Amino acid sequence: MAVQIELFLQTLIAGILLGGLYALIGIGMTLIMGVMKIINLAHGELMMVAMYISFWLFTLFHIDPYISVLVAAPALFFLGVGLQKFLINPVLRVESILPENQVILTVGIGMVLANLATIFFTSNYRSTPVDYATKAFYLTDFWKDAPIELSLSMAWSLSFLIAVAITVALWFFLTRTDTGKSIRATAQDLDAALLMGVNVRKMRVVTFGIGCALVGAAGCLFLPIYYLFPALGGQFTLIAFVITILGGLGSTNGAIIGGVILGIFESMTATYLGMGWAPVGRFLIFVAALVFLPGGVASLIRSKKLGK
Amino acid sequence: MKKNLPIIIILILLAVLPLVGLSSYIMHILVLVIIYSIIGMAWNLLGGYCGQVSFGHAAYFGVGAYTAGIIYSKLGVSAWWGLPLSIFVVTALSLIIGFICLRLRGPYFALGTLAMGEVLRVTAENLVKFTGGDVGILIRERTWVGKIWYYYIILLLAIGTYLLVKIVIESKLGYYFVSIREDQDAAESMGIDTTTYKTIALCLSGAITGIAGAFYMNYMGYIDPKVVFNLHDISIVTIMVVMVGGVATYWGPTIGAIIMVFLAELIRSNPSLGAAHQTLFGILLIFIIIFLPNGIVGDFPKLRKLFRLGGTPT
Repeated sequence: MAVQIELFLQTLIAGILLGGLYALIGIGMTLIMGVMKIINLAHGELMMVAMYISFWLFTLFHIDPYISVLVAAPALFFLGVGLQKFLINPVLRVESILPENQVILTVGIGMVLANLATIFFTSNYRSTPVDYATKAFYLTDFWKDAPIELSLSMAWSLSFLIAVAITVALWFFLTRTDTGKSIRATAQDLDAALLMGVNVRKMRVVTFGIGCALVGAAGCLFLPIYYLFPALGGQFTLIAFVITILGGLGSTNGAIIGGVILGIFESMTATYLGMGWAPVGRFLIFVAALVFLPGGVASLIRSKKLGK
Repeated sequence: MKKNLPIIIILILLAVLPLVGLSSYIMHILVLVIIYSIIGMAWNLLGGYCGQVSFGHAAYFGVGAYTAGIIYSKLGVSAWWGLPLSIFVVTALSLIIGFICLRLRGPYFALGTLAMGEVLRVTAENLVKFTGGDVGILIRERTWVGKIWYYYIILLLAIGTYLLVKIVIESKLGYYFVSIREDQDAAESMGIDTTTYKTIALCLSGAITGIAGAFYMNYMGYIDPKVVFNLHDISIVTIMVVMVGGVATYWGPTIGAIIMVFLAELIRSNPSLGAAHQTLFGILLIFIIIFLPNGIVGDFPKLRKLFRLGGTPT
């Protein structure tokens, strides 16, 4: 019995830690979706680019992946701004039969990024052998005669804490600064924001940049605990999308909750059903969200508030 | 009659083509072109005319292929029965996918279908008892050694698809589809049951893709989840076939398939470019979307103007 509780709690902890990182990926996508009304299907590929930046900084200059967030996130910000200015904005102006052209465009961007990474960095699996990767905190270290033993990997908890810090910083940015408020106004009602004197065009560019920077930061945080290969993007794009659907489209709070739910659910399926089924669990929860909760977690939060 | 003359000439040419004695490599490429143009036409029915952009056509293709493969490997029936059977299986699948994904609009529908395609791939990889998992399914005895009969069968299927698309689009159903694409809310307020018609478009599109998948199983003799449920090589190439050729045109998918398959072969056969084929595809896709958003057939007047301007010396 104790073993089973131990397994369950351990899985739960792993899920929450994973969920915190997922939330960071999801927030980036949901911000872009809210403001620009387009889905960025190159999201995972952008994360992959950030991971390579972080990887090379580590390999060449021995810069810790956590410190390289400070390099990779701004780099991704400018990459995002560039993509938005030179590729996505022109397409928004082009007349065409299908309005989904922008989505297909981001697929094209993703393909190019993934393939270029394969050409330049080969498709080998890589990782950063940081010396704290195998260190962990144990429950028995703090509580001598604990009935169960739980461990907490140091790299995982560091990544999680930094992810939470970035999320809090973003929350302050969105609610306390002028730029942040303008971004939220643009997401809420584009025309009204325009009438209130918000530079909508600039906000779009900035939002795309911030979304990319967030996923870039997430990439650096994933690097010490995960491995890296050029085709990794597609998987994370899907994760980001599942989180946004789960959380409610365009809702930042929803994305955080959605990320944590997905993280827990995924680590549960991995423990109890086997690793191969974890992706299926991811999609099951996605389908369930679509069928039973089309508005996502955000709609639940809203209805609770209205109920009071 | 006069209007149909070019089509008849093209058909006769296509029918005589294998008799010229083309190499088996060229025949293989022709068969691939026709397979992609069938999937492209099917995608066009849903994406081009009805406006529901699907990123998950590999789901129908793969399930069609696996229908044929599983009746062969588990029941010992000829895999050719998979062609008629896949219609029912894939239509049932389309109904389920439609129930889940058609609640979503626009880009969200696109991503929902993308997720569905991936779900089916992972399922096929993990249901080892049923599908053979990553090992895949191999047909040991091929029906024909040469490719001529395969060519004629897929050509017939392509003609059937073309006629079906034409009939559907020129009927009332086609107008419903286009009205949904142009403005779903307006269509609904005019009394069109948009969900029903979107489901019909999805089922038709899925079933055609499923038959193409079942044919692929018979033709290639080997499938595995990574081949038939491939996101890039099936779902996205299908979209590219239609985008390059022309969205919502009859001949767009065929033209797109010819360009895409030959381009892919050309790039792959060049050793220095082979590794970069996805980059080139991606750049082509970006280029097409920015400069020819309606494809080669759709933006043909624009292209002609461009070349005429460039061609005449000032």
